[in-house]
Amino acid sequence: MFRYANPAVFMGLSGALLPWVSGAAVIALAAGLWLGFHVPPDYQQGMTVTIMFVHVPAAIVAELAYGAIAFASLFSLVWRHPLADTAARAAAPLGAVFTALGLITGSLWGRPMWGAYWVWDARLTSFLLLLFLYLGYMALWNAIEDEMRAARAAAILALVGAVNLPIIKFSVDWWNTLHQGESIVSGQIAPIFLWPLLTMALGYTLLFAALWMVRIRTEIVNRRTRSLMQRAG
Amino acid sequence: MNSFLAMGGYGAFIWPAYGVSLLALVAVTWQSVAAWRAAKKKLAELERDNP
Repeated sequence: MFRYANPAVFMGLSGALLPWVSGAAVIALAAGLWLGFHVPPDYQQGMTVTIMFVHVPAAIVAELAYGAIAFASLFSLVWRHPLADTAARAAAPLGAVFTALGLITGSLWGRPMWGAYWVWDARLTSFLLLLFLYLGYMALWNAIEDEMRAARAAAILALVGAVNLPIIKFSVDWWNTLHQGESIVSGQIAPIFLWPLLTMALGYTLLFAALWMVRIRTEIVNRRTRSLMQRAG
Repeated sequence: MNSFLAMGGYGAFIWPAYGVSLLALVAVTWQSVAAWRAAKKKLAELERDNP
């Protein structure tokens, strides 16, 4: 773990991985789209079931990205490794984009199925909180000038906010929600809908991984630039 | 083709959902790559001017 957290090693490793990860992301997304538009209408939801193929992957990656930030924050607080801060900070704007996509596609699915773009049920509310956590996390980074102090404060916020992840996950079991319950792991989803969904989820995850690497690499280069400028005076 | 676009009457919800997803993912990819290129360019200039 520490070996890969060395910036020079990370640059080499991520540089070698990036073409493969982004290529695989493009293939998975293309295959997922093709599969997704060849499904029959669902017996209850009609063709709105196809919104699931962009809604669920966005929501999965939104939570995955927050989990990654929380993990990197723990790493940063305990071992004080600077690359952990860089990794956590780089994931936040991506997570916010995927969270916003989960909310928007969800409301476009909610209107025809529930008759409302928005309801204050536990799943939707906790997921909206996730967006605010991302925005607050990014604002905190920008608000504190000293980078070490900003990293510490942001890491603590990220870890406190991680409580929301299981709340989102189990909200549909703990409360009576209009949002439907879990259907992938429990096997209730029909295979014809499951395959496009899994393929799209893989594509979204790979895309997130590729963009996350690009953003960490960008910050490593920017850090080198800043230290060179300080040395040059 | 028209029946494909209509999506069983739900086209008005399905196409915006796909449109906004495509737009956002393309935009964030473009922004990430542009920032990477700008960072590399700046470092290269600095290293060239201060050998």
